Amino acid sequence: MTRNIKLRIWRGDSTDGGLKDVVVEANEGEVVLDVIHRVQATQMGDLAVRWNCKAGKCGSCSMEINGKPRLACMTQVASFGEETITVTPLRAFPIIKDLVTDVSFNYKKAMEIPAYEHPENLAPGEARMEQVDVERSQEFRKCIECFLCQDVCHVVRDHEENKKSFAGPRFFIRIAELDMHPLDMLKNRKKTAQEEHGLGMCNITKCCTEVCPEHIKITDNAIIPMKERVADIKYDPVRWLGTKIRKREGL
Amino acid sequence: MTLERHTYDVLVIGAGGAGLRAAVEARESGLRVAIICKSLFGKAHTVMAEGGAAASMGNVNDNDNWMVHFRDTMRGGKFLNHFRMAELHAKEAPDRIWELETWGALFDRTKAGKISQRNFGGHEYPRLAHVGDRTGLELIRTMQQKIVQLQQKDGRETGDMESGIKVFAELTITDILKENGKISGAYGYWRESGAEVLFEAPAVVIATGGVGKTFKITSNSWEGTGDGHALALKAGANLVDMEFLQFHPTGMVWPPSVRGILVTESVRGEGGVLTNNLGERFMFKYIPDVFKDKYADNEAEADRWYEDQDNNRRPPELLPRDEVARAINTEVKAGRGTEHGGVFLDVSKRLSAEIIKKRLPSMWHQFYELAGVDITKEPMEVGPTCHYVMGGVEVEPDTAAAVGVPGLFAAGEVAGGMHGSNRLGGNSLTDLLVFGRRAGIGAVDFVKKNGANPVSQAAITAAAAKIQAPFDREGGENSYSLHAELQEITHNLVGIIRTGAELQDAIAKIAEIRKRSANVSVSGGRKFNPGFHLAFDLDNMLLVAESTAKSAINREESRGGHTRDDFPGMNNKWRQINNISSFDGNQVNIREQVLPTIPKELFDLFDIHELEKYMTPEEIAKGGSN
Repeated sequence: MTRNIKLRIWRGDSTDGGLKDVVVEANEGEVVLDVIHRVQATQMGDLAVRWNCKAGKCGSCSMEINGKPRLACMTQVASFGEETITVTPLRAFPIIKDLVTDVSFNYKKAMEIPAYEHPENLAPGEARMEQVDVERSQEFRKCIECFLCQDVCHVVRDHEENKKSFAGPRFFIRIAELDMHPLDMLKNRKKTAQEEHGLGMCNITKCCTEVCPEHIKITDNAIIPMKERVADIKYDPVRWLGTKIRKREGL
Repeated sequence: MTLERHTYDVLVIGAGGAGLRAAVEARESGLRVAIICKSLFGKAHTVMAEGGAAASMGNVNDNDNWMVHFRDTMRGGKFLNHFRMAELHAKEAPDRIWELETWGALFDRTKAGKISQRNFGGHEYPRLAHVGDRTGLELIRTMQQKIVQLQQKDGRETGDMESGIKVFAELTITDILKENGKISGAYGYWRESGAEVLFEAPAVVIATGGVGKTFKITSNSWEGTGDGHALALKAGANLVDMEFLQFHPTGMVWPPSVRGILVTESVRGEGGVLTNNLGERFMFKYIPDVFKDKYADNEAEADRWYEDQDNNRRPPELLPRDEVARAINTEVKAGRGTEHGGVFLDVSKRLSAEIIKKRLPSMWHQFYELAGVDITKEPMEVGPTCHYVMGGVEVEPDTAAAVGVPGLFAAGEVAGGMHGSNRLGGNSLTDLLVFGRRAGIGAVDFVKKNGANPVSQAAITAAAAKIQAPFDREGGENSYSLHAELQEITHNLVGIIRTGAELQDAIAKIAEIRKRSANVSVSGGRKFNPGFHLAFDLDNMLLVAESTAKSAINREESRGGHTRDDFPGMNNKWRQINNISSFDGNQVNIREQVLPTIPKELFDLFDIHELEKYMTPEEIAKGGSN
């Protein structure tokens, strides 16, 4: 069934912009990205939008739809009924043009997380791991880097000044993934998460978990366990002493 | 405005699996490397690969080894593969997988703690290393993070993390440049600003993936526009056998907006069954003679195979992709399809809901969210979708060097030869790793021998004029409508089933669109303007489509991903022929080239009676070269 729907699209760039109303055809089963593409092909040839796979696997078409950070390729037009659909660029990142934002913040943060360290004496093909042990990290490796969790997080969403010292949920799960990796040799990942990547600034409102299209339990399975371990060792005087006396690696 | 210029030792165009693997290799050899990606870093089409990476590690069945894998690959490609590429791939694939593990990859495990391996179409043993059904994502992320590791190392040594290897994201290359007959660099524009960029580099690795966007129904993203194929052609390289396109048998067919999106072969590997609207498990009717002794001809045996693979033949749902795609096509055309023009694929009857969600999580997710179908309870509707191009740049197997253009290398989907007329599932991810690495080594050796080759001002001026042209034209053609027209033509006339008359028609129509595309004009400015971007992608797609149609009309037989209604069946004489495309500046020309003779030691890996199905009596008598 084809019908006309009302779409409001934010158009503009870093200097100026605003919402533009359009009426566009929508067919049964279509997602928001489909109708944006139709607008692009028939009414606004230079409308900027990022997308790649159109199957929820690459995390490119992140935008805010009726105020909520979502993937346009996984959002059904029908789910809005007769309501006007308003699409705007991700708010936490600088606008380039229309629905496209400058997400380079995330790639800079990625470069700050210390890489995986393989055991020196473990030759290729010799690794043996239990499925249950790899699954904990695998949950976080499902991340498609859509950066919706980064966009929704209050720590940076309206606080540009926090960006310098805060890596954000996507990179907390990256640290957690490495921390739980059965083979990774680098020590002190939780400690650096707290001291260098701003783990302490998270106040566990779980907004990141809510918007994750991969349903990764960012807060419960990555952030909270790391925070607890950090707190245990930092505030437990006996363990604190232990780390000083025996140089035990506690974190 | 001054032109942005960069100088590197090796320029890698494409940031999917092959490009990243080549870049890692070149950087680890000490050279300075630039990686160009058309979209954001980490979004390349490799993330879409679901099923796994084929490597004969023998973790699940220890009868497996490189020779079995080599045989399966040659059979899958109907013996049109370049034997040396298939050999290198089969031999090196396990090392490439194990290497990823040393970079932090976390594959699913066997009970003994080794990398788990799953069954797939055309592979005799469970062979695909996997991570649920998101194996491609694991590959991309592992290599992306490996590159960060190399950058962190450079940062510690030089104070600049991007001093040795730098990613240029959202940048399109429009020309590969040559001076004195050798590669000198490449020219392009930032998608974000439209500003032009020059890269000077004596070695260029093309790793741009496929051409799916030339077709209407495809599993490929917008990036699959054949850029590397076209860039290579224009730079003087050849394309080999562009008629061979893989239509993946199982794409989604409903609702229309998801038509073409891939449904992983793992669904069948894990026990999914194909039926028509009569409830008939139709694949038993479509087992070709060459595969009769390897596939079960009845349901009981096919079902037993999932429990006991040593004493039963495989279910026919796991035939190579070309066979399954044609079978589905035939069923639908005969009126036995589903309401929306597909067939049913059902995994709910064999596996519990819990196991389906664990082994096929993204499939469950995809159908639930996009089609409102719960695959743990009901069947999926599926049909063929354009998925992969077997044809590609003609390369030297050992170095991945493009034939005829010193300094140019190609790896991954954009390279031809490895998969013959049809690629087996799972062979793509290891192809990327094996030949990505080899292209990296090839480029390093070339740079060390040849040194820098500066770009001339004349080359820069010509490349810049081309980028500006569509802005200077007014009231010309719209690139979106020309693209849609091209997709209609390829879909209707160069699709799964072809005829000489239709191909002739297609060639004429593609030429017509190409003439009109010279008059494309662009509205809006240079800043992130998709209409402008498409104008260049369109030019590439037109060249690729011309090469495919002309190769297809030349090959008067049916084999793998090329089916001629007017020439049904394989012709053993054609097994010895590659169709070579070259570009004379105006049009694509095709010439026939004889395949290299398979060496005796590889020839002897096969049963002579099997070879008789593919080779002429003279070839059999020769018994391979010595």
